[in-house]
Formats: sequence, structure tokens, C-alpha cells
Amino acid sequence: MTTTETEPAPTLLRVRDLRTTFDTPRGTVVAVDGVSLDVDRGETVGIVGESGSGKTVLSRSALGLVTARHATVTGSVRLEGEELVGRSPREMRRIWGVKAAMVFQDPMTALNATMRVGDQITESLRHHLDMGRREARATAVALLRSVGIPEPERRVRAYPHQLSGGMRQRVTIAIALACGPRLLVADEPTTALDVTIQKQILDLLDHQRRERAMGMVLITHDLGVVAGRTDRVAVMYAGRIVEHGPTRALFHERRHHYTDGLLRCIPRLSNPGHTRLQAVPGRPPDLVDLPPGCPFAPRCPAAQDRCREETPTLTDAGDGHQHACFFPVGTPEGEEALARNRRRDRTAEVAV
Amino acid sequence: MAGSGTAALRRRDDILLTVEHLVVEFPVGRRGRVRAVSDVTFDVARGETLGLVGESGCGKSTTARAIVHAPPPTSGRVVFDGRDLGRLGAEELRRLRPEMQMIFQDPISSLNPRRRVVDIVREGLDIWGRTEGADERVAEILRDVGIDPETAGRRRPHEFSGGQCQRISIARALALEPKLLICDEPVSALDVSVQAQILNLLEDLKAAHHLTMLFIAHDLAVVKNVSDRVAVMYLGKLCEVGPADDLYARPAHPYTAALLEAVPEPDPDVPVSETALAGDLPSPLSPPSGCRFRTRCPRAEERCALEEPQLRPVLGDGDGAGTEHVVACHLPLVPAAEPAADDGADPAGAAPAA
Ligand SMILES: Nc1ncnc2c1ncn2[C@@H]1O[C@H](COP(=O)(O)OP(=O)(O)OP(=O)(O)O)[C@@H](O)[C@H]1O
Ligand SMILES: Nc1ncnc2c1ncn2[C@@H]1O[C@H](COP(=O)(O)OP(=O)(O)O)[C@@H](O)[C@H]1O
Ligand code: SF4
Ligand code: SF4
Ligand SMILES: [Mg+2]
Ligand SMILES: [Mg+2]
Repeated sequence: MTTTETEPAPTLLRVRDLRTTFDTPRGTVVAVDGVSLDVDRGETVGIVGESGSGKTVLSRSALGLVTARHATVTGSVRLEGEELVGRSPREMRRIWGVKAAMVFQDPMTALNATMRVGDQITESLRHHLDMGRREARATAVALLRSVGIPEPERRVRAYPHQLSGGMRQRVTIAIALACGPRLLVADEPTTALDVTIQKQILDLLDHQRRERAMGMVLITHDLGVVAGRTDRVAVMYAGRIVEHGPTRALFHERRHHYTDGLLRCIPRLSNPGHTRLQAVPGRPPDLVDLPPGCPFAPRCPAAQDRCREETPTLTDAGDGHQHACFFPVGTPEGEEALARNRRRDRTAEVAV
Repeated sequence: MAGSGTAALRRRDDILLTVEHLVVEFPVGRRGRVRAVSDVTFDVARGETLGLVGESGCGKSTTARAIVHAPPPTSGRVVFDGRDLGRLGAEELRRLRPEMQMIFQDPISSLNPRRRVVDIVREGLDIWGRTEGADERVAEILRDVGIDPETAGRRRPHEFSGGQCQRISIARALALEPKLLICDEPVSALDVSVQAQILNLLEDLKAAHHLTMLFIAHDLAVVKNVSDRVAVMYLGKLCEVGPADDLYARPAHPYTAALLEAVPEPDPDVPVSETALAGDLPSPLSPPSGCRFRTRCPRAEERCALEEPQLRPVLGDGDGAGTEHVVACHLPLVPAAEPAADDGADPAGAAPAA
């Protein structure tokens, strides 16, 4: 590589071939199996998949938060060019909160129940940014105001249990934003909340991302949540990315049958009442000793013999839209595979 | 002040459940009381599913518990299958229990972790002395909900996913052949993919077992797939009740409209709506005067702070009234009949609450 030209700033987050396994009495759980993903400044990337597909382990591994003895993380994660895999928790403390921060599904477990919310914010400000008591207090109030908490001067003195679920999630967002991270990872930030509060929190995250030009990863099991709010989406199944592309392409030209299934099962206001939902039958596989072949094959309406023998790899059609499927949705091969199964009534076999 | 009125009651002879002027209060502090449910009136016809929708804390679960009298409401009446539950003795009420079953939001914690699946489902049958053919019945009902009694029956709840535990809860509830199934946010803790499986399952079981359902959720899109009628609740009171198709097509209450707006559209070409319902549900300890929604309502006027709106019929597309669609709002989004001067439209003949 030449060094005469000015190097462009490195990608904000660059994940390559990340693999996380857990040694358990049942065998080795391959929770993340060779994932590569980029997130740039100002951009929102969605990660979507069912419970157990590896979304949380992926995001926690990327930020060095998987530290259990029985866990092994390999591959590469570069944050602003700096390699994170293999760093000790001690070294990572310089990164957490300052360069990258997380927002979790359950604000109650993310917060310290015995500490006033104001102190939870000032703690990190004083530690990382070396602020004095008074400055930290003023910054905490300003942060609470910026995340839409009414009467922030009074709320800094509140304990988490005195706040509603939505308010608590606003507080965890304030804590995550306190030290001005470049990257914000939100792991199902609204799954525990009402739709009305979900909308408020998603609007807030979006607003903050734009205001601070952060990169954001938005993790969810609901494609509806990422539709209007992401630049790109990666769909995860059994620890792998099975489809990945610009959000519009992923919705309109979806290629993997899992993406198709996740989209079809969403109840829509535009459907007439008592519309039967097109549920994806069955459940995700056990991640111990996954058999060869496409991991989605047992639930896939288009699965052919080839799918049970060979494992499809993520391939790019050249337009930045990648998929790992032999008989993609909407292609002649895909349509034929579906029709063949329908003729053999294979689809009935995979029903729950 | 009068409550929200009885306009949601219908004159039909196939009503299974009537809830009238339901009030539930809880003690707070030394002397105080909080009204979690504040004069709620509705009915559910046999074979019908009523969706009950509102934000967390608005009183949905409290309403559900008051219906099954566990615990009984502070005041108001619950008439189930012709019987006024408030007039039944403890033993009569107990014997009625199998007819009204509930399933809950958190499927895993609502099952006894130490018992095997078959025993969990069988428990009710044993309690009620229906032991004859019980094993066969348990196996059959497990198969109905998509759990294989042979391979899964001997296992314990922690070995199952959330969706499977919800299937087991449903099997347990249905084993007693209830007339009414109350589902309290049964899919709120589940992935969309599992949610779809459970919603389809409930639709199938409802038909197969001739069930009447009260289906509680916070998401109007979820309720739409299963409901015949929908009731929207806010801070202990009903805002709007109507046939599902009509309510979705012509929401009359600004809160219903806000709930519809909040449902994310799974289409990247539909821009995320700019307006969001601001703030949280106010505390039921000190509800706003007049209309309880006024502190978050984009249409609120002076009158809304002074006068509590009563439920009144929404006018139909051309024919006038008669859609069984009612709204409690001074400035509804679609035309509504003038509020009745008194509470005359009261087919069950209950005395209005104080
Ligand atoms: N500490 C651990 N030890 C062993 N296995 C683990 C551990 N953490 C996660 N796993 C396994 O890794 C897989 C992926 O889990 P993960 O939590 O990432 O899923 P997820 O997609 O975030 O699901 P959810 O929607 O439930 O949050 C699961 O099979 C899980 O059981
Ligand atoms: N046992 C109780 N003691 C005191 N307050 C309660 C109790 N149960 C519920 N509440 C209050 O009643 C209101 C309605 O609660 P709930 O019925 O659980 O709402 P929902 O099911 O709609 O989320 C809330 O303000 C809640 O805090
Ligand atoms: S068609 Fe085959 S490769 Fe494609 S998703 Fe289905 S099982 Fe997997
Ligand atoms: S009565 Fe007034 S405040 Fe209440 S919903 Fe109607 S317009 Fe809004
Ligand atoms: Mg997770
Ligand atoms: Mg509840």
C-alpha cells in the first residue's frame, strides 16, 4: 500500500471473521460463526434475527464484553483502526463508554438500583473525562434534558425504581452518551417497552446519532423496527449473517427465505382483521454440533437436497447486497424450488 | 362526577361477560388510595374476541384480575354467563374458576419450574376431580398446542423456549375447557416469529374449543389479527370501543390514532411518522381533570380540562348510528352522536356508580 497519499480515516468499526464459541457440558456452542460487518460514522446498521441467533453475543464480542472463562473469541475487530480482539478488560476500559457504548434491552439490569441516576452519570464523567463535581452535575442535568427527561434538575436525584420503563431507558441512553462515544450499540433497546414508548426511544436514538455523527448498531428481532431507521441491515441466523444489504434492497429484493419469513410474519395494520399470519414454522437450531448444510433448511419452504448437504456461503451479487442461499427468493431457481416443494407437499412436513 | 358511561354495552342475548362500572382501588401510603381502574363498562359476546389495548400501567391487567375476582373489584359488577360474581359465595365462585382461565405475559415464570409439563397441564384436572381419561386429555391438548407429549411431556419448563412455555400455558388453561380465556399480553415477551405462531394457534384453538376471549396487548397491530372488537384504555378508563374493522378504519379517539401511528411500518419507503405521542402515562394517583388524555392530546382545548367526556356512539358512514362503535372525546376525529343527557341506554339496568 502506498503511503504518499493521505490515508482515508479508517472505517469506524470493521469486524472480520469474528467467531465466538462457548465450551459447555453439552459441547461447543458456536454462537457467532465467522461474521464480517462494517459500520461507518453517521450510519445506522440493523442486526435482525430471532432469539438465540447470536445478535447479543456478536455485539458484545465486538466490544470485548465477552470475557467468560469458557468463551473463545477469534477474528478481528477494529475500532477506528485499533484492534480490539485479544485486549484485556483493563485495556478495554479506555474504550468502553468513551469510544463505544451500549444500550441494553432491560434498563433495570443495566442501571444500579441503589444509586441515584445523576450519580450514575457523573461517575463516568468524572472517571473518563476528569470533570469536577460541579461540572459533572451540570453535564448530567444537560444530558438528561437532551434525552427528553422532564424536570432533569429534580430527576438527577431519583432512583431507577422511581422512573417508568421508558424513562429508565432514557437514563441508560444518557449514560451511554455521557462521554461522547463514536459508536453506539443498542441491543433490543425497545423490546421491553410499549409501542408508543418504543417510538419515542427510537426517535431519540436517531436524533442523537445525527446530532453527534455517531455510528449506530440497532439490534432487534423485528424487521418493522429497522425498516425506516437504518441504512443497512444484516439478518442473522444460527450465528451467521445470512443476508446483508442496503435497507431498501433487503426489503424489496430479499433473497434469503429467512428474511422473507421474518417479514411475512409481522402483523400489519393494513391487513384485514383475522388475517392468518405466515408464521415461520419451528425454531432456530441448537448451536452445538450444527449439521452441515444451510442451517435454515429444516424450516425453509424452498429447501432442496442440496441445502441439506452443502453449506451456502455469503456471496455478493456485486451490488453490495449479499446472501447465503442456493435458491434465492424471487429468482427462477427460488420459485422453482418453492413450486417443487409445494408439489411434493414438503411444506406441510416442516409445519410446527 | 359520572363515569365514562355505559354506551359500550350492547343489547344482545348472546353476551357471555358484562363488566359494569368496574372500579379497582389499591391502598397507597397510610391513608391514600389509587384508582387503577375507574368506572369501566363493556361486554363480550359468546364466541367473540375483545382486544383490550393501552400503554403499560393503564389498568389492563387489573381489569383482567377484577373480572375473575382475584381479587374482586372495589365496586362495580361482573356478570359471567348470567351470574353476578359479586353475589356468589366463596364456594360457588371457586366452582366457577375453571370456566374463566388466564394466560400471562411471562410464560416461563408462570409455570412451576419443578413440575413436568404433563403434570403442569394435568394439575387443574386433578384439582377438579376430572381424573377419568385425564392422561389422554393431557396428551391431546398438548398435541393441539404443538407440543409432542411423548418427547416433551416429561421435561420441565426451563428446558423450553419462551414460545414453547406459552404453548404449555395455553394447554394448561384449555385443559379445563373454559368458556372464557383471558390472555394478558401473551405475546409481548416473544419474538415476532414466535408471536405469529402463537397468534395463529390462539385463532385455531378459539374455533376448535368455541372460546370467548379477552386479548390484552399494547400494540394495535397485534390485536387486529385476533379481535372482533377492540377496546382502547387510558389511565383506568375506556377511550373508544368498537368493531375491529370500523375502529381501525375510522379511529375516533386521538389516543387510538396515536397508538396506530406508533406501530412501526415494515416498509422502508414509508417514512417514520414525525409525530410521536409525547411523555409517559400520568400517575393514576393524580389523574388530569376532565379528559385524562388531555396532557398528551394534540387536540386538547379548554373544555377538555373542565368536563369529562362520556362514551357516545360514533356516527356510521351514512346511516347514522348503530355501529356499536363508541368514543369518549369532546372533539372526536370522526362525527359522533350528541352525548346522552342521562345514562338511559343501560340494558343491564345497573345503577350508575357514584
Ligand atoms: N455465556 C454463554 N455460555 C454459553 N452459551 C451462550 C452464552 N451466551 C450466549 N450463549 C448462546 O449463544 C447463542 C446466541 O445467544 P445470543 O444471546 O447472542 O442471542 P440473541 O440473538 O441476542 O437472542 P435474544 O433475542 O434472545 O437476545 C445462544 O444459543 C445462547 O444460548
Ligand atoms: N397491587 C397493586 N398495588 C398498587 N398499585 C397497583 C397494584 N397493581 C397495579 N397497580 C397500579 O395500577 C395501575 C394499573 O396497573 P396494571 O393493571 O398492571 O396495568 P397494565 O396491565 O395496563 O400495564 C398502575 O398504576 C399500577 O402501578
Ligand atoms: S433455499 Fe436452501 S439455502 Fe436457501 S434458505 Fe432455503 S434451505 Fe437455505
Ligand atoms: S376530550 Fe379533548 S383532550 Fe380528550 S381526547 Fe378528546 S380532544 Fe383530546
Ligand atoms: Mg440478545
Ligand atoms: Mg399488565
